[in-house]
Amino acid sequence: MARHVAVIRFPGTNCEFDVVEAVESLGGTAEIVFHDQTSLGAADAVVVAGGFAHGDYLRPGAIARFSPVMDAVGVFAAAGGPVVGICNGFQVLTEAGLLPGALQKNAGLKFRCEMSELRVETTDSVLTSASSVGRVVRIPINHFEGNYTCSDETLAELRGEDRIVFRYVDNPNGSVDDIAGVCSAGRNVVGLMPHPERACHELLGSTDGRELLASFL
Amino acid sequence: MTFDAVVHVSLRPGIADPQGATIERALPALGFEGVSGVGVGKAISFRVEAADEAAARSLVEDLCHRFLTNPVIEDSSITLQPADVPVA
Repeated sequence: MARHVAVIRFPGTNCEFDVVEAVESLGGTAEIVFHDQTSLGAADAVVVAGGFAHGDYLRPGAIARFSPVMDAVGVFAAAGGPVVGICNGFQVLTEAGLLPGALQKNAGLKFRCEMSELRVETTDSVLTSASSVGRVVRIPINHFEGNYTCSDETLAELRGEDRIVFRYVDNPNGSVDDIAGVCSAGRNVVGLMPHPERACHELLGSTDGRELLASFL
Repeated sequence: MTFDAVVHVSLRPGIADPQGATIERALPALGFEGVSGVGVGKAISFRVEAADEAAARSLVEDLCHRFLTNPVIEDSSITLQPADVPVA
């Protein structure tokens, strides 16, 4: 069942076309929805794409969360609609309170742009239902503030409820418990720092992103 | 009343501060010895209209909590003083 995906674009988003390309290559359809829109139209899935929403001013995602479209995304998520936030999109979803925790600056103090290996930790999420637990996928990262952090209580909750979706095999940024991606309590909202849309063609060095996005579609 | 507000945003203990660490590492090369614990934050200044100082503080605290800081990784401190505004 191919879905129609709303790809959210804020001023400063720069991965929206990669997401559209990846979705269409998997047989889905996609449209870009600008941040000032109050409706997601006929979409039955949402991707909050990566980049530097509102210039990352104040903090990544801090201003984007107040964009009109985020109200619609919140309503969509509350109704159980599938939402994936990639990189800056993950930061936006944490700021919006749709996912727990926060992304702080990388522990190594460096911007990391490289291929990373992720272990799929649960198949009970909208991005991993077609994968298998323990499977290692190669998905590139491209971030400075990707060091996932949260309170001890939140971490215990994420572990206890099987909501850690991906862990890094070789932690590149200091994330607590090697976390690369998490999901909401309803399991329909997933955020991750790596970019599955950039791993959808052999020319890009990996096609592992296709099985993740296929779950979503 | 009008108040001048300054919000100082700092990273909570244990949160990575690459700017602070880089500045601290550069200090010996510049001949500054005995400086440690460098932390880089933000100062956000603005004016607030409110009935009194307590009301102004309450508004700024709300603003800090909901927008200016991310409580997961940041702390803030607020300075308020009556603004020196000309009489209309």
